[in-house]
Amino acid sequence: MASYSTNEFKAGLKLLLDGDPCSIIENEFVKPGKGQAFNRVKFRNLKTGRVGERTFKSGDTAEGADVVDLEMEYLYNDGEFYYFMMTDGSFEQHGADSKALGETLKWLKEQDKYTVTLYNGAPLSVTPPNFVELEIIETDPGVRGDTAQGGSKPAKLTTGAVVAVPLFINQGEVIKVDTRSGEYVSRVKS
Amino acid sequence: MSKADRVFLKKRADFLEEIRRFFRFRDVIEVDTPVLSQVTATDPLLDSFECPTPDGTRYLLTSPEHAMKRLLAQGSGAIYQMSKVYRKGEVGRRHNPEFTMLEWYRPGFTLEALREETVSLLQTLGLIDQVNACEHSIRVLSYREAFHAACGLDPFQASADELCQLAARSGHMSPESFVQGGEIDRDACLDLLVSHRVEPWLAEQGVVFLTDFPASQAALAVIRCDAQGDRVAKRFELYINGMEIANAYEELTDAQEQRVRFEADNARRRQLGKAEIPVDERLLAALPKMPACSGIALGVDRLFLQREKAASLEEILPFSWETL
Repeated sequence: MASYSTNEFKAGLKLLLDGDPCSIIENEFVKPGKGQAFNRVKFRNLKTGRVGERTFKSGDTAEGADVVDLEMEYLYNDGEFYYFMMTDGSFEQHGADSKALGETLKWLKEQDKYTVTLYNGAPLSVTPPNFVELEIIETDPGVRGDTAQGGSKPAKLTTGAVVAVPLFINQGEVIKVDTRSGEYVSRVKS
Repeated sequence: MSKADRVFLKKRADFLEEIRRFFRFRDVIEVDTPVLSQVTATDPLLDSFECPTPDGTRYLLTSPEHAMKRLLAQGSGAIYQMSKVYRKGEVGRRHNPEFTMLEWYRPGFTLEALREETVSLLQTLGLIDQVNACEHSIRVLSYREAFHAACGLDPFQASADELCQLAARSGHMSPESFVQGGEIDRDACLDLLVSHRVEPWLAEQGVVFLTDFPASQAALAVIRCDAQGDRVAKRFELYINGMEIANAYEELTDAQEQRVRFEADNARRRQLGKAEIPVDERLLAALPKMPACSGIALGVDRLFLQREKAASLEEILPFSWETL
């Protein structure tokens, strides 16, 4: 894998740090006047999801990580792996385990598109779209007339995720959820 | 606001005009020396752009210092210059490889007198209001004091190993990053700690003048012994909200000493694998005739950024490095 000099550092660049694939979140160039220049890097460890910091002397290099993000459609689960397929006509498929899926399992729906991150050719993580539409399979009956303000109740979705929804929402309805916060956004009119 | 907006453009134009008016009233005259030169700064950690010309390499200057000093030696009296200067590879939120530098020299001024004049300029430009311009709202601290407050170490007395360990910890780096040619690079450790610890601490202090830098960072300044018996450079740096704005020297007029420093810079450049810079013989010949003076270089774009309370240079420059 190629190595990168600090002047090529930018948000999104994938580096191998302490043996783990990492993605740069922020790269700041600092230099006291006529002194030594440094690149202050904030990164996300793509394996653990943890955010870390590392400073490099400007001009130093770091090894790149073979990480690619692919837009893929979710197909099915065979009990062990979750299979995704490219939508570019190549039909390329990859099976990701539940560790790679992590929290995304809560938002997994067949035929929806996900970002599958491959590290050395194997799925490392799967990121859901910002919004997903899922059906409610279990919640208390809706309360009529209580549409405007206040109050929420738990609702279980087809994926097993539990989301707080307004009181007027009924079982069997499809709702839009923000996957970043896990919050209810709106009712989806069918 | 669009960058082509007249209000946006006029703010900057007025700012530059206010600076010129300030010096006109004080009888400091504007000069405009070339930005392309046969010689440039020798500082090991400053890189000049090189331009091939039919008459050999010319450098885009990192500061108009040498030419202005030659004018001083010829009896120009107090002069200032506001011009574009260039530093290769310095790109970031607070750095642009091309920027506007205000540099002025005051024959007969002590560093303290120059500091007072700098405060007046800040008042004129609305960076400190008249009421708050009393002594205690503007802090004058030695490098040692600020460093100690931010890092808990005395930058002069601490061992190279102590500095290296703290720098490595602060930057989440390996201590080997600070080893150069088998030895700990003390100045690199200090620089890391300044950018990671001291500057964030200074960000809470408003307007601060830092004085008495380590002698190894003297560049073209006079060196003296301080009360603790450590060799310090007669320099000050102006920080506003933790951002370095200006750098001032009591100017060295000893040509012999200056030659030694230029040659030490070049030795260091060789060690770093950088091209040597021809020694500016014309400057060295002029130095003995230069009157005792203090001089200061101030980053105009950063000062404007502070006044506009912007977060990055990109916000206040009509065009940035990336957009032209």
